[in-house]
Amino acid sequence: MEIIKRLSGFLWIALGVAAIYMMLQQMNTEVNAAIAANKAVLDTQMFWYIIIPIFTPIMIGLCLFGWYAWKGEYGEIPRDSAHL
Amino acid sequence: MAHPSTLAQPAPQEATEQKGLMKVIMASSVGTLIEWYDFYIYGAMAVIIAKQFFPQDNPTAAFLAALATFAAGFVVRPFGALVFGRIGDLIGRKYTFLLTLLLMGGSTFAIGLVPGYAKIGIWAPIIILLLRFVQGLALGGEYGGAATYVAEHSPQGRRGYFTAYIQTTATLGFFLSLGVILTVRQTLGVESFNEWGWRIPFIVSIFLIAISVYIRLKMAESPLFAKIKKEGKVSSNPLKESFANKRNLKMVLLALFAAVMGQGVVWYTGQFYAQTFIERTMSVEFEQVRYILCISILLATPFFLVFGAWSDKIGRKSIMLGGMLLAILTYRPIYKAMYSYSDPGLKTEIAEKSSTGTAVSVNAAGDSTLTTTTVKAYTDGSTLKTVKKEVKLANASQPAPKAETTKTLWLSSGGFWMIMFLIFIQIVYVTMVYGPIAAFLVELFPTRIRYTSMSLPYHIGNGIFGGLTPFIATRLFDASKTAENPSGDPYVGLWYPILIAGVCFIIGLLYLPNKNDENVMD
Repeated sequence: MEIIKRLSGFLWIALGVAAIYMMLQQMNTEVNAAIAANKAVLDTQMFWYIIIPIFTPIMIGLCLFGWYAWKGEYGEIPRDSAHL
Repeated sequence: MAHPSTLAQPAPQEATEQKGLMKVIMASSVGTLIEWYDFYIYGAMAVIIAKQFFPQDNPTAAFLAALATFAAGFVVRPFGALVFGRIGDLIGRKYTFLLTLLLMGGSTFAIGLVPGYAKIGIWAPIIILLLRFVQGLALGGEYGGAATYVAEHSPQGRRGYFTAYIQTTATLGFFLSLGVILTVRQTLGVESFNEWGWRIPFIVSIFLIAISVYIRLKMAESPLFAKIKKEGKVSSNPLKESFANKRNLKMVLLALFAAVMGQGVVWYTGQFYAQTFIERTMSVEFEQVRYILCISILLATPFFLVFGAWSDKIGRKSIMLGGMLLAILTYRPIYKAMYSYSDPGLKTEIAEKSSTGTAVSVNAAGDSTLTTTTVKAYTDGSTLKTVKKEVKLANASQPAPKAETTKTLWLSSGGFWMIMFLIFIQIVYVTMVYGPIAAFLVELFPTRIRYTSMSLPYHIGNGIFGGLTPFIATRLFDASKTAENPSGDPYVGLWYPILIAGVCFIIGLLYLPNKNDENVMD
């Protein structure tokens, strides 16, 4: 179980990085498509300009979570606050 | 030997303590419920508010409308969690969530008084946006305070049950907002409601807040916070201790990715996306939608207490993850079953009860509007009304606007109750993931930084992952509409909550302990 916990840390890091990449790629595709079609450019940009600054730090948090998992930090969850 | 009836009764001191605790719970819950009510009435009347304050022909106003919808719900709430969480850990729980209540009530009341765009122009959307920001900040600070306050009064071994009362408030606040809007709308009529009556639910808030402030002023400070304050153990910098201390930060990340993220999407899918789905995708009539939701919520609400209490016995993890797993496995069958009640391909039309009519109107500019109304009756007892409006401009050289089609479906009695049951099931999932989560979060962090540490993951999970559910799901649905399939895939939006809940379930299964530190006295 401990090995699975540690190895899956890589998965969470990869997931975080992939999510950031996919958001940026999707924004690029949608904004360009909206510009080409000359419709709702503001709405499209607005959505992504809000979504990306919100989700990017959260996804960095997921990478950090993965890093801690890989380092074995979640092997033992503190049972009381003295260990925090 | 004691009489059997006396064995069943709590000891006098215990009964007094229990009575005192129930007072604490009620005082906290009423205020939190009103805050949720205040927050939801804006969302419930977004269409009317948009017409009053954010005209689509003004790009700046339209931009502010989008900002008001997103920013207050998703961005500002976590900031409110940080600001008020810090204050709550520095000066105490009681005064902090009294402050959030006043801010929320004041801003909601003010929304009801702001003149429309027609009267004060661009100032109208700007003022609304600022007030919506204050609402978001206040909500960000309220929940953590109320949950912490109740948990710090609750005895060990029953914390799940007692904090579950706080957990009912978000759903009941939503219920109250639907109920008040329905009542005002039915009393005034649709036209008056859309014109000015929509302000009443906002203005009413000031009376609710006044009652709640009165009750909360009489409350004492949390005994645990009072104790650490007396001992001089209050954190001097809760933000730094919560997020710059690696040991605590990793618990914040664990709370977010292993529990609250999945809880958020299940919560918003069960109530808000379900509403969006039956109203927009299925075109069910406005009042039927609200009745379905109100009844489902009322029937499912007691389950918050059931699962909260059960989590005291078997642990928080198994119930929360159980709710997520059920949601992941059954969302698609549930939504397919709901959609079958509106799918014309599965219905048989009664030709003799169906009708079509047309009307032409001409405005002062000479533009004519052709309105075609089709009413189709089906053998299952449902009725579908389709209204198509086509405008022909007097100036033929200008491009004619796109034809507008609106559909309204009146469900049969059987369809109404079946959809109600299917939404009830989804809200039971909500009670599973949400009922035990306050106790789970409180037990994860120590008293000196509890308010700050639990509020941030809660509002990221609930506000951002959860709050975005209806929007992302609807966006996925719109994106699925192609030239080959113009009606789109109605179930594609479900992949967002299924995916997020799936990742959260796996993380929770791997990393969460079933029992947290039940001692919150530290």
